[in-house]
Amino acid sequence: MTIPTSSIEQVIPGQGSMAQPEEPRPGRSRRQRFLFVRNKKAATGLVILAGYTIVGVIGPWVAPYDPSARGNDLVQGPSAAHWFGTTHLGQDVFSQILVGTRSVMLVGFLAGAIATVLSVLIGVTAGYLGGKTDDSLSMLTNVVLVIPAVPLMIIITSVLNNASDMLVALVIGLTSWSWNARVLRAQTLSLRRRDFVEASRASGESTWRIIVFELMPNLTAVIASGFVGTVIFAVLSEITLAFIGVVSNSGWNWGTILFWAQGQQALGQDAWWWFVPAGLAIALLGTSLSLINFGIDEFVSPRLRSAGKTKLRTASGRTVRMRIGFTPVLENSPLPKTHAVVATPVMREAK
Amino acid sequence: MKYILQRLAFYLFTAWAAITLNFFIPRLVPGDPVQSLITKYQGQLSTKSIQSLYVLFGLDKDKSLWSQYIDYWKQLFHGDLGLSFTFFPAPVSQVIGQALPWTLLLVGITTVISFVLGTSLGVVAGWRRGSWADGLLPVTTFFSSVPYFWLGIIAIYLLAGPDSFFPSSGGFDSGLVPAWDQYFIPSAIQHSLLPALTILISSVSGWILSMRNMMVTVSSEDYITVAHAKGLPERRVAVAYAARNALLPNISGFALALGFIVGGTLLVEIVFSYPGLGYTLLQGLGAKDYPLMQGVFLVITISVLVANLLADIAYLLLDPRTRKEG
Repeated sequence: MTIPTSSIEQVIPGQGSMAQPEEPRPGRSRRQRFLFVRNKKAATGLVILAGYTIVGVIGPWVAPYDPSARGNDLVQGPSAAHWFGTTHLGQDVFSQILVGTRSVMLVGFLAGAIATVLSVLIGVTAGYLGGKTDDSLSMLTNVVLVIPAVPLMIIITSVLNNASDMLVALVIGLTSWSWNARVLRAQTLSLRRRDFVEASRASGESTWRIIVFELMPNLTAVIASGFVGTVIFAVLSEITLAFIGVVSNSGWNWGTILFWAQGQQALGQDAWWWFVPAGLAIALLGTSLSLINFGIDEFVSPRLRSAGKTKLRTASGRTVRMRIGFTPVLENSPLPKTHAVVATPVMREAK
Repeated sequence: MKYILQRLAFYLFTAWAAITLNFFIPRLVPGDPVQSLITKYQGQLSTKSIQSLYVLFGLDKDKSLWSQYIDYWKQLFHGDLGLSFTFFPAPVSQVIGQALPWTLLLVGITTVISFVLGTSLGVVAGWRRGSWADGLLPVTTFFSSVPYFWLGIIAIYLLAGPDSFFPSSGGFDSGLVPAWDQYFIPSAIQHSLLPALTILISSVSGWILSMRNMMVTVSSEDYITVAHAKGLPERRVAVAYAARNALLPNISGFALALGFIVGGTLLVEIVFSYPGLGYTLLQGLGAKDYPLMQGVFLVITISVLVANLLADIAYLLLDPRTRKEG
């Protein structure tokens, strides 16, 4: 499943996060927003996500069949009448996918929102207030972090018989906030001694005003990237729970489709159309969210952008490979005479 | 040493939290779950197991919550996790004991391979940014967004079959008895190849991405420039200077990743009917076998905690800064 792909989330102990978001400059904010959308990865991700959202809203209306209605064509391959084929009961797989999108999107975003609110509350409070509060909140965060989330979710949802979408979103949200809280705490720690925060403290602003109006705008990128990451995780978790059949099977989502495909031996019957579309739908949604996260990441820390064409030809016909962070070295340039002498101690070390 | 003791205290606290959570979860069930179970198993449950069920669900009216909690701990210290309904009358600890080695070997070996492979690929991708290695990124993004179990289904569909080298389910040939001999071990390895490959492909991408990003960040540090200026061979700068430092956050990210990998492995086992903890959990889920499910959760949590402690020790060995503090 997903390991956080964003470098913002990589916290080096004692130093806070790798990427420090730029402090916002009011006049440039609109241009920066366009910059974010101009990032190819982010734009692609946003377009795909918009597509899913539209399907999530209109899916149940445009679906050609009732996803649960039985038909006479049992386990038929894709055809003009059934684009993605049919199930063991003659249900239309394409309609199931369309109808199932709503539940997936709903649970994903709801759980993401719950986890993000929790992580901001706990992470920022811990980072800003420090002392005893920080100790106990960090302890709580770390405990939740190391307890494996997926088995816990499975146990809780199976105890809550036939959990509804809302309940599933709540369970996922409550078990997946801890990583973001840790990242936000580290980021807040590094922000709270900055001059502008000290200045507002000196001018007598209340703690909550400092947190909401001074700190939060600087944490936007981290919060956004955490939100997107949690949505990916929530979608995968919901599908996992539906796949092993611990949630209510009355509604449709992509996991339910896979649950029936697995239970009814789709593999043994060579019915690839039954499980391939749902998996690809999950993968595409996950990819689009990861792309948005890469976009946020590169927006905050330009170094991470994939470099374009890096080999350049100089006027004298030499090729130079440009790399950010490196001084270009001209290959086949004659070594200065003194070089050998200087290099001796280094050469020894090189061995 | 102080550092290790601190971490140990933390993991003990976490274990306590997980066990307490485990104690309270069945008490969330609305209604009288025991009655419904008794009806379901019509006379198959002995009076003793019915009694233990009432204790498990906290419906033992004679006792206060606190004394139930104490009893729960007493049971745990005796290694008693209750009786399983699915494998009645086997105790849960015995069922889990049979499943645990399969999961430990599968997850342990694949995680180590995946970490080493992913990290080395990440070093290359981060160091050679702007070359073919950037082409790895979209592929890995795609694979990290696919659920493990779906990849398992696809792997079975494409690679396994009656005539194929790869068996599609189980942990060993049905004709064999588990033993350390020349018939059983090759069969077990053959059966674990496909599940292992599935977990490897899904989990390796996360390591590649995080390592690549760390390499990119580290390679603009001053000490890298110094190493270049000293005229050290490119390889040495990449491995001994950049990669060594970029590795640290990857190891501390191990804690989180492990939880994910274990979660994913449970699902892969279900798809492959692999006789590990995940498959046991699924059987427990189907029969509403709460003692078994809770036992599995407890064992998984404790194994993850132990693995985390090992990762902490590795971190200690690699990062001198933590050593100095201690």
